[in-house]
Amino acid sequence: MKLKRTLLGCTMMLGMAALGAGTPASANDELQKLQGDANQWVMPTGNYANQRYSTLDQITAANASKLHPVWSFSTGVLRGHEGGPLVIGNTMYVHTPFPNNVFALDLNDNGKIIWKYEPRQDPSVIAVMCCDTVNRGVAYGDGKIILNQADATTVALDAKSGKELWHVKNGDPAKGETMTMAPMIVKDKVYVGISGGEFGTQGRLTAYNLKDGSLAWNAYSVGPDEQLLVDPVKTTNMGKPIGKDSSVSTWQGDQWKTGGGSTWGWYSYDPATNLIYYGTGNPSTWNPVQRPGDNKWSMTIFARDADTGMAKWVYQMTPHDEWDYDGINEMILADIPVKGKMTKALVHFDRNGFGYTLNRETGELLVAEKYDPAVNWATHVDMQTGRPQVVAQYSTQAQGEDKNSRNICPAALGSKDQQPAAFSPKTGVFYVPTNHVCMDYEPFKVSYTAGQPYVGATLSMYPPKGENNLGNFIAWDAGQGKILWSNPEPFSVWSGALATAGDIVFYGTLDGYLKAVDSKSGKELYKYKTPSGIIGNVTTYTHNGKQYIAVLSGVGGWAGIGMAAGLGNDTDGLGAVGAYKQLSNYTQLGGVMTVFGLD
Amino acid sequence: MRYKSLLALSGLIGIGAVSAIAGSSGAKAENDPVYVVQEGHVDQHTFNGYRRYGESCHRCHGPDGAGSSYAPSLTESLKHLSYEDFTNVIVNGRQNVTKSQNNVMPAFGTTEDVVLYIDDIYGYLKARSDERLPRGRPKRIGDDS
Ligand code: HEC
Repeated sequence: MKLKRTLLGCTMMLGMAALGAGTPASANDELQKLQGDANQWVMPTGNYANQRYSTLDQITAANASKLHPVWSFSTGVLRGHEGGPLVIGNTMYVHTPFPNNVFALDLNDNGKIIWKYEPRQDPSVIAVMCCDTVNRGVAYGDGKIILNQADATTVALDAKSGKELWHVKNGDPAKGETMTMAPMIVKDKVYVGISGGEFGTQGRLTAYNLKDGSLAWNAYSVGPDEQLLVDPVKTTNMGKPIGKDSSVSTWQGDQWKTGGGSTWGWYSYDPATNLIYYGTGNPSTWNPVQRPGDNKWSMTIFARDADTGMAKWVYQMTPHDEWDYDGINEMILADIPVKGKMTKALVHFDRNGFGYTLNRETGELLVAEKYDPAVNWATHVDMQTGRPQVVAQYSTQAQGEDKNSRNICPAALGSKDQQPAAFSPKTGVFYVPTNHVCMDYEPFKVSYTAGQPYVGATLSMYPPKGENNLGNFIAWDAGQGKILWSNPEPFSVWSGALATAGDIVFYGTLDGYLKAVDSKSGKELYKYKTPSGIIGNVTTYTHNGKQYIAVLSGVGGWAGIGMAAGLGNDTDGLGAVGAYKQLSNYTQLGGVMTVFGLD
Repeated sequence: MRYKSLLALSGLIGIGAVSAIAGSSGAKAENDPVYVVQEGHVDQHTFNGYRRYGESCHRCHGPDGAGSSYAPSLTESLKHLSYEDFTNVIVNGRQNVTKSQNNVMPAFGTTEDVVLYIDDIYGYLKARSDERLPRGRPKRIGDDS
């Protein structure tokens, strides 16, 4: 029903779009409309702006304590479950980590399975996945469900039947190229990224035509200008043209060919500017001494034209990375006052511990402040040059190869990893799941072999000195760059947040709780222990007029590597309370989706 | 390869005055690789084992061989696995892929960074398994930091 109605609306919109933008009639303005319908959850990021906000307000701060699980669904897969389900009309789409099964569940029939898709993949791909076999979900558009498989195949399924419509090979696992990210669909294209920063892949964003999976364009993160899809004059960085050879001139020789800059995060889109926004990952290897230069455009926010892929602006957050602070975390688009002035902003909580606010039209840097007080690797970001001011003591480049640089905060996990934050237009506040972990980092020389890890550093991680909690859930004012409140959590918060008009924020914890907190004060309103640790993102929708909350539990991912057996402390602090908090004492593997409601 | 580390070891004994050479308990064959831990400091081979572990194994087997949510704790495994079984798994890999499990231990038979240093990796993990080494980065003999 809903689908038919919106398809009609879509035809009308098409007529208008053709007049306005002058671009060829797009198959899929449907999504632009659907993303505004709070009854459904049509894209992994909630909406194109990546706000993870819902206007639904049946569940409120006043009644949240009466929430309870109403049904649950076992995915039959054990390993780390990132991402979350989609809800399109009366159907819920649930994905799993490798083998990347997809289920269509009938919400009219207690979650009965309408269809199940089981890809056939060579399990040897598991050997080249960096951090567990996670997958962050499927995308919907034009009657299709798009899935990125671990083996770097993108598949289109018929949303009604689960039948495969097309598939395309987006990378080569033999070179360490894999896929974990959730695709994004805009108009007639589907955008996908590649993982493999620990295997020396050359990162890229790829657009395929939604209709048949044919290639539209590739836009590399590192390499010659024609591969980057940049214009030396029109593409800007900090307001200035980036010039010729902006990437290759920042690498020694042809190191860019194995230079990383993978693209495995969440993408966003602004219909007003027609720009897509995303971040690029670490330069390969993790040993900075081996790759002199700024290593552009790894660790960079990209704004690209959605149709042509041409970059409008770039901003590199961590030039010449020395800590594995991938820049892939989500870009949240919000219109907010920044230092008193209403701004079309892009807000980004980087792995490097700085919360950035930029003008999303121009790429102008407006705010860059630490969103975890523990962050120590840089004193601040120079607002003129955009460069972080690195502290020599924590510079693994300055300390050098075979030297153990100690007490660097944050750890390589970042002050936040991929777990997406939420923004409530109602409160104007960002709600951010964070890690509170520091590290020792010792780079050493490695050589590149295709398909083999290209890491070149050993790491030990532990909580900041004198502290016990490995995570915080914080509220952030992106206009000022200030923490408003902060809830300590025993473990990293590795779950994507959800904010609602009911004045609640939801998130999951590694020890398995789904939590609802008051969006103004952070006060806990409700919690429930799900079957396993939560690294999935919280979703809301309605069915038959009632609001529900859904979340995948199933511990794993990078968090499952680092914390299952407890973080090792640096040798001095051995035995300190807290460093030995073992996640395995709290939770075990297993994927389950739990749906919560009120009576 | 096994002899290489033994050789290096005897060299060390020659130089170092009183060195506590930690042997391993259990079913240890005559010429299994050995590690050296002296007052919490390790020899170059064991340190190299730690480093190679970090490069090739950490991402699955967790920090310090302690295990992750999906790959076994090697400090536990080495309490039972013989050196032969250890090298066998590493060279040939092992897949446990069924309806319910998706566990893949890669084959490192052609990966130089691993095969060349398999004794060092074994030594490091054995030292951890024998509880001669605490968690974290081991200090090298001669290092004071
Ligand atoms: C891609 C992930 C991955 C990597 C990388 C990896 N392993 Fe494994 N390993 C596994 C898994 C999963 C198992 C368990 C396989 C099973 O269930 O049969 C395993 C099993 C083993 C075993 C057998 C343990 C036992 O108790 O039988 C040994 C020994 C081992 N690995 C050593 C290593 C070493 C040494 C390295 C680095 C050179 C390494 N592994 C790298 C995933 C990995």
